Amino acid sequence: MTAEPLPAADSASKLEAHDLHKSFGPKVVLDGVSFSVASGESLVIVGPSGTGKSVLLKHLIGLIPPDSGQVFVDGQDFWSLDSLAQRDVRKKFGMSFQEGALFDSMSVFDNVAFPLRRSGRRPAEVRDRVKECLDIVRLAGVEEKRPSELSGGMRRRVGFARAIAHEPEILLFDEPNTGLDPILTDVIDEVIMEIRERLSATIVTITHHMPSARKIGDRVALLFGGKILYEASPEEFLRSTDPAVKQFVEGKAQGPLTVEGQTAGRQRAEEGA
Amino acid sequence: MVRFFESIGRVVLRVFEQFGRFFQMLGLTAAWTVRPPYDVPELMRQMVRVGFDSIPVVVVTTLFTGMVLALQTFNGFARFHAENLVGSVVALSLTRELAPVLVALMVTGRVGSAMAAELGSMRVTEQIDALTSLGTEPVQYLIVPRVVAAIAMMPLLVVLGDAVGMYGGYLVAVQLLGANPVSYVDNSFQFLHVKEDVVSGLIKAAAFGLIFSLIACVRGYDTTGGAEGVGRSTTRAVVSGSLTVLVADFFLTKLLY
Repeated sequence: MTAEPLPAADSASKLEAHDLHKSFGPKVVLDGVSFSVASGESLVIVGPSGTGKSVLLKHLIGLIPPDSGQVFVDGQDFWSLDSLAQRDVRKKFGMSFQEGALFDSMSVFDNVAFPLRRSGRRPAEVRDRVKECLDIVRLAGVEEKRPSELSGGMRRRVGFARAIAHEPEILLFDEPNTGLDPILTDVIDEVIMEIRERLSATIVTITHHMPSARKIGDRVALLFGGKILYEASPEEFLRSTDPAVKQFVEGKAQGPLTVEGQTAGRQRAEEGA
Repeated sequence: MVRFFESIGRVVLRVFEQFGRFFQMLGLTAAWTVRPPYDVPELMRQMVRVGFDSIPVVVVTTLFTGMVLALQTFNGFARFHAENLVGSVVALSLTRELAPVLVALMVTGRVGSAMAAELGSMRVTEQIDALTSLGTEPVQYLIVPRVVAAIAMMPLLVVLGDAVGMYGGYLVAVQLLGANPVSYVDNSFQFLHVKEDVVSGLIKAAAFGLIFSLIACVRGYDTTGGAEGVGRSTTRAVVSGSLTVLVADFFLTKLLY
């Protein structure tokens, strides 16, 4: 089934995007994106590179304001809140960034401890929680290292540990396994599964790696040309006869998902605007 | 011809845009300065970086400025037999004008560039986004301590600069040009009014601290475009920081005297 625009503030959903539009100059990136994620659900958003997946994720946590449309967190319209209330809503989130985005002036320990210390936890509590989080991401004994001394996969896992330290209700993963070898990719997927089990958090993951999407997602959505083109369970998604989905799953150059198609979508959007 | 006016228009628009952005961030910074939590350790770290670490630069700059000032005025004033006023000229020029401006320019180059580069690389590596995502306001965590440290430390650096510069003038006048040490010192302080000259210089210094640090932070904070963008922000922080200090100097001087 293809995505239909959802009614505003569906009370059962934990996180909901409603008709998000965003352009950077003449470039239309989001052209009416709507979806919702139920509490405890894991949604994976896939799509070719450069379709604005990261931009979409940054809209969900309020790092980028939409041109129009709403983001609802627990039924609250994020952009209608004042900056202090927005900060409190953001505390429900944990986000892992593409390259980890670790604070390079701090050790691994201080990175993971950062959200805990900022919320005023006691030092002993912080120490225990940091150790616990590093255990979950299967990294031990790197506490005193600097981010620059770590490999890409390790940096990303430290980023996970930092994102889960304050026990968020919603987790966002931005391309968690892009640029990693197949084994590490699987390790990362397993870490995400474990995080999910331990935190019973709502998860939105962005990737273009289909095996990961299948493994960690309850639902997979295809983002292309600024819209969610298709949305289904991983099995349905893989079996789909929709030409765009098929092309993406099979990784073909020919099909509806083309650079030209993206441009056409943008032009249509411009005419509409 | 049209293109010529267009380019002028673009420059004017950009200047106004930057002006607006500066005051917008000034408001945000002020608002987040008074809101808890107060990160005192970070403020102390920034004070050391802006203040203590700048002492060598300030000492060398003002020492030689005081020396050359004495040398130049002595030679000039000798033409109309006013050598005994050299101490006054050195003291007044330094406290009112040269120490605040030169210290501000040097610290802009040394500290402003570092602030822009640091915040800029944090921006392009998504560390600023990460801060926001962890429920920490980046303006409060990154910009407030830097700006407050600059406002607090600049007057102290200028007090040091005043003293060192006047000593430089004394050295040249007495040791090199054979002025009478007692009358030189007397003359230095004879026309120097603490409130009017020294304090107004320190007020200017604090204002310059606000200007260069906020410009540097905003340049860094608004960085786009990877490593090249960080370089661009750093250059712009120093150029627009220094220029704004010089322009603001005139208006502040007009206001204060």
